Amino acid sequence: MDKENVKKVLLLGSGALKIGEAGEFDYSGSQALKALKEEGIETVLINPNIATVQTSEGVADKIYFLPVTPFFVEKVIQKEKPQGILLAFGGQTALNCGVALYEQKILEKYNVEVLGTPVQAIIDTEDRELFVKKLDEIDVKTIKSQACDNIEDARKAAADLGYPVIIRAAYALGGLGSGFCDNEEELNKLAEKAFSFSPQVLVEKSLKGWKEIEYEVVRDRFDNCITVCNMENFDPLGIHTGESIVIAPSQTLTNSEYHKLRALAIKIIRHIGIVGECNVQYAFDPVSEDYRVIEVNARLSRSSALASKATGYPLAFVAAKLGLGYGLFDLKNSVTKTTSAFFEPALDYVVCKIPRWDLGKFRGVDRELGSSMKSVGEVMAIGRTFEEAIQKGLRMIGQGLHGFVGNKELKIDDIDAALKAPTDKRILVVEKAIHQGYTIDQIHDLTKIDKWFLDKLLNIYNTYGELQAKGSLKAVDAVLMRKAKVQGFTDFQISRAVGLEGQIEQEEATGIVRAFRKKMGVVPVVKQIDTLAAEYPAQTNYLYVTYSGVANDIEYENDGKSIVVLGSGAYRIGSSVEFDWCGVQALNTIRNNGYRSIMINYNPETVSTDYDMCDRLYFDELTFERVLDIIELETPHGVIVSTGGQIPNNLAMRLHGENIPILGTTPESIDNCEDRDKFSTLCDRLGIDQPEWAALTSMDDINDFIDKVGFPVLVRPSYVLSGAAMNVCSNQDELERFLKLAANVSKKHPVVVSKFIEHAKEIDFDAVAKDGEIIAYAISEHIEFAGVHSGDATLQFPPQKLYVETMRRIKKISKLLAKELNISGPFNCQYMAKDNDILVIETNLRASRSFPFVSKVLKINLIDLATKIMLGLPVEKPHKNLFDIEYVGIKASQFSFNRLQKADPVLGVDMASTGEVGCIGDDTASALLCSMLSVGHRIPEKNILLSTGDGKRKAEMLDAAKMLEKHGYNIYATGGTSRYLTENGIKNTLVYWPSEEDKQPQALDMLHNKEIDMVVNVPKDLTVSELSNGYKIRRAAIDLNIPLITNPRLASAFINAFCNKSLDDIEIKAWGEF
Amino acid sequence: MRNVTLILDDGTKFHGQSFGYEKPVAGEVVFNTAMMGYPESLTDPSYAGQMMVLTYPLVGNYGVPEFSIEPNGTATYMESEKIHAEAIIVSDYSTDYSHWNAKESLGDWLKREQVPGITGIDTRQLTKVLREHGVMMGKIIFDDEPDNIPSAQYEGINYIEKVSCKDVITYKPSDVVEGNVETLKLPKGNKCKPGKKVVLVDCGVKHNIIRCLLKRGVEVIRVPWNYDFNNLEFDGLFLANGPGDPDTAVDAVENIKKFLANPNVRPCMGICMGNQLLSKAAGASIYKLKYGHRSHNQPVQQVGTNRCFITSQNHGYAVDNATLPSDWEPLFVNMNDGSNEGIKHKKNPWFSAQFHPEAASGPVDTEFLFDDFVKLL
Repeated sequence: MDKENVKKVLLLGSGALKIGEAGEFDYSGSQALKALKEEGIETVLINPNIATVQTSEGVADKIYFLPVTPFFVEKVIQKEKPQGILLAFGGQTALNCGVALYEQKILEKYNVEVLGTPVQAIIDTEDRELFVKKLDEIDVKTIKSQACDNIEDARKAAADLGYPVIIRAAYALGGLGSGFCDNEEELNKLAEKAFSFSPQVLVEKSLKGWKEIEYEVVRDRFDNCITVCNMENFDPLGIHTGESIVIAPSQTLTNSEYHKLRALAIKIIRHIGIVGECNVQYAFDPVSEDYRVIEVNARLSRSSALASKATGYPLAFVAAKLGLGYGLFDLKNSVTKTTSAFFEPALDYVVCKIPRWDLGKFRGVDRELGSSMKSVGEVMAIGRTFEEAIQKGLRMIGQGLHGFVGNKELKIDDIDAALKAPTDKRILVVEKAIHQGYTIDQIHDLTKIDKWFLDKLLNIYNTYGELQAKGSLKAVDAVLMRKAKVQGFTDFQISRAVGLEGQIEQEEATGIVRAFRKKMGVVPVVKQIDTLAAEYPAQTNYLYVTYSGVANDIEYENDGKSIVVLGSGAYRIGSSVEFDWCGVQALNTIRNNGYRSIMINYNPETVSTDYDMCDRLYFDELTFERVLDIIELETPHGVIVSTGGQIPNNLAMRLHGENIPILGTTPESIDNCEDRDKFSTLCDRLGIDQPEWAALTSMDDINDFIDKVGFPVLVRPSYVLSGAAMNVCSNQDELERFLKLAANVSKKHPVVVSKFIEHAKEIDFDAVAKDGEIIAYAISEHIEFAGVHSGDATLQFPPQKLYVETMRRIKKISKLLAKELNISGPFNCQYMAKDNDILVIETNLRASRSFPFVSKVLKINLIDLATKIMLGLPVEKPHKNLFDIEYVGIKASQFSFNRLQKADPVLGVDMASTGEVGCIGDDTASALLCSMLSVGHRIPEKNILLSTGDGKRKAEMLDAAKMLEKHGYNIYATGGTSRYLTENGIKNTLVYWPSEEDKQPQALDMLHNKEIDMVVNVPKDLTVSELSNGYKIRRAAIDLNIPLITNPRLASAFINAFCNKSLDDIEIKAWGEF
Repeated sequence: MRNVTLILDDGTKFHGQSFGYEKPVAGEVVFNTAMMGYPESLTDPSYAGQMMVLTYPLVGNYGVPEFSIEPNGTATYMESEKIHAEAIIVSDYSTDYSHWNAKESLGDWLKREQVPGITGIDTRQLTKVLREHGVMMGKIIFDDEPDNIPSAQYEGINYIEKVSCKDVITYKPSDVVEGNVETLKLPKGNKCKPGKKVVLVDCGVKHNIIRCLLKRGVEVIRVPWNYDFNNLEFDGLFLANGPGDPDTAVDAVENIKKFLANPNVRPCMGICMGNQLLSKAAGASIYKLKYGHRSHNQPVQQVGTNRCFITSQNHGYAVDNATLPSDWEPLFVNMNDGSNEGIKHKKNPWFSAQFHPEAASGPVDTEFLFDDFVKLL
């Protein structure tokens, strides 16, 4: 190491999870911190994402839950005086912040050295014009684009290049504000949006249909280079790589092509001067060796996290070491521990990444995939055939698919059109097309997906046909059975193909297939990921399960010392990094107590799938079939299902049915909570109030019930998570829309409809119990009234405005529930409170989304406690509780509406947030300001646009409006709001709705002219007519990157905070200092 | 597809299906961890006598290009005139291929060249067996035929003799056409002075070595492995790669010794077998590695520097560093197992690499060694 002077290093995190920037940066940041720690360097981390593993005790020496903005980073630098800073581990957020710090000469001022890739090199890759110039110097071809500073130039450039063209905003993460335009009209729209994100917009010729190939490249300061992995997109150029199915290694490149692009990647990284890791993306002509470099990411990226997981090569860890001045030859391969880190992994399996979308949760969203990213998570499947990997992957994304075949039939009106214009359902459309008799050539012509991939999909389709033709399970011989399993078929798919499912219940049918094939000797094997394709012996614990093999790579101890923890699967709206944190904490506790920790999970963006975190990692499916396969091999002491969110929770009963020991609360109790009917009965018996409810199975029954209680109602099917699970419906229209969606979710359990209480407070109760007695608990209060999904709500902990009486009652009810359900482990209850009436909404006998937040604010690791209890270890009741806390934590939600074209950015119906932050302050205002700024809000300078909804909500906002006036803000308001404000003596300017076309000034014009700094738009109701006016304003705010708040309570709280507290008054304190 | 069994000498059996030419075959079973490049590897003469196991499971994806010969006599895409490996053993053969440049499927090519290919084998497990035991003899037999082929012999057999050219062939630099590996444009000044002649001792040369020399403006005189080139007029000596046991190439070593002893000191470069023959001529000895290096990801470090390279390798024998005479020194070392990866003379312009700077298949990071060589001419 040559940076001997560097004793303290600041690492910038990526903040809240958002589309385009998700859990992968928790993984890369955690690895970097580990690498620094190993060198004895003191580490300081700035990251407001409180649910991450990197912001846990012991990962960094000091943690600041603050916004990653130059303002706050400078304050931390002032205070901590680090010698070095790492910018490459926190995504685009950290990179942009780092560039700003550099350009504002703040780094120079405090003498902070950027470790790793120099900032100039970052700028050279980020600024398109500089980038093209730089690559021109070494004769490397780029997509020539014309940088335009105004829309007129953009139009001219497009005309010169010829349509179709692609538009990109400079300095934008994950293709934000970019897209394809086929004509000038489309260009006008897109360019305007792009200019709102960036002063510079690039117009370039579109290469739609070319292959998209990526390389992950590493370079040390001695100029030694390696490419750790290459990857090929299943979907050709035109679909953002984050939206594409990706295969590693490339499948359709010859040696010459592979090494041509590899050599170019190395040439590029050398010329740019990267020290550490970068990613080079190519467009590659499918009918020659012609290429273009699309972009270079001079930082760890989603792709590098994927490459690390795909190969076992810890890119972030190595990049951090190289930043300290090590050479690659100084470092060891962390899998083999004997061979050098200077090598390129050889894979003996194929990896398939599939994005997870949640577009169904958004009203009006554009489902077509394009050059901008919309997916909220991803999965990685490992197999030894492509068929196996892709079928595994399709199941992993958790959208009800059983694989490529054997799914519920998809209705598509025009297959040609659907193949041409890809949506999140693309692969299903391919299956449909095959089914309808399209040839591979035809599908290729319409999709430009390489025929090799299509042929493999056809193999799967044909095998399904072979099974169907057998007509019964008995007729399937071992050869066909093995073939199907090698191609990734599940027992369920096979049972459906042979017609078994129709005769008996699904679970029983799959059980019969399982027993049948086991008797034939068709069983899977476990293989290691060892980076060297078995060339050298490796003690690796990084595993996957496959049918393409004859022997297991590992020997099992069968000593009853293993504990299996089920992970949380793909990140999606409603389940993300918080469950990864829970899983990792459970693994730590298991390990620390002398047990072998086993993780099953398949999300490449997580820390729990870092093979360092456990004793054995199965990077594989969380289906009942696969979990059982693994448990049969591991014969564990027990299985933990309560730290991974809803996926493992849903497996509890079936595993229990196979006599698998489930640790903690019994599966029967879990079932009593998950089944709403059973749970409500239980509450009635205990005398716990709930909103009036009924379990209903027909539309008529539902209507009758609503006639009795009236709208709004809360509708919830059993056994589902977030959004689709729970909805407030305020009219018939919404009710019907939601039930259509929910009916797809689960037919087995009836729908529960309950009366929804307006203007009630919502309260989360997170706790850990042992044998029915609560050991530790946390009560958090929502800032918004009930009706905003708890995942979208802003939480304050400890509660700031809750009656002591309310808290006491909540505690009492929770105690009762814990006892009745004999809870041992984590659980969560959601309550509504109006006056001092407490109603229970739901109870989950597992860790909830808010566990990391309350654990960190309370400074008691609730998962550690829960895991000890589940292991049967003695625990003590913690000495402190929430009443002892002298500060406040606020958890705020991050929305990604800017990514979701056309989606209406309102809250309430479905959960819509993609991430969250949690900030701690000495007072509510400090904590709220930090958390709101962390999720992308800005403190407005002067002009605020208010449309504050119906009467009650207008009243809720009155004090805030007064405050704004008092602090010299200019208020602009639409019709009703303006009248109301004027009546109440608040000065304001009337602006007009889009429907009031001929009147001036138009609210939309003001937004487009950048005259508004913040929009508060509270939807009145969710009727179509009201929505169109409000929708246009809300959408414009999002598209023009103007902060938007749609909830009056949150808006008031935020306005109060920034009017009463200036940023300079916020005390900069590390977590440990509270 | 017919069912086949691979039987190793220790009795281990693997069952699979035939997708290539249908004949039983025996040979030395070696594994290769490269993830692409099967047309190049199969035509690499160094695989003569060996059955090649690919650890990367998906093979045949991009088919096989046309087997055409350029006007200068080198193959357009392949590394020699035919497939040299005895058989190819894979896990998941792709019956359907897709590539603009493909002429036929891998299976069809194997059938045309009468080389067996088998699929459905757990090549990871097979590799582990070979790793633990060391390379082994094995044979592929058809399940519906009696096993009536004898086991193969590898050690001690002169495979070089089998694959080397029989006559002297001259390649003019003016004939050069860009061949298979479209390497990046040569930086200016990498061509040698005009009119330079290099003798290339063909122990089983890969065509890309010839291409790499031709495109640098060198005239190449390719001579049979045992040809005494010392009487020819030339400016530099090139010792090519080749299959088998270096101890069988006695004649070649004798000729090289003469060259080294010549007072007219001229540059010399060797690759793979060439490294071993040069070492032997210098006086060092060779030993057989337990399972060899056959992959595209072998890290080597230039001795005494911080320079490291990812290299393509295919060899089962290695030079024993300890036996190098005092006027020679190791040039490169393998960063994984510390074995010799090249030698150089302390004074004279003689050096060699155990890896393949000409790549094809594999990474092209060390092609600069050809530049170093032609600069010396």
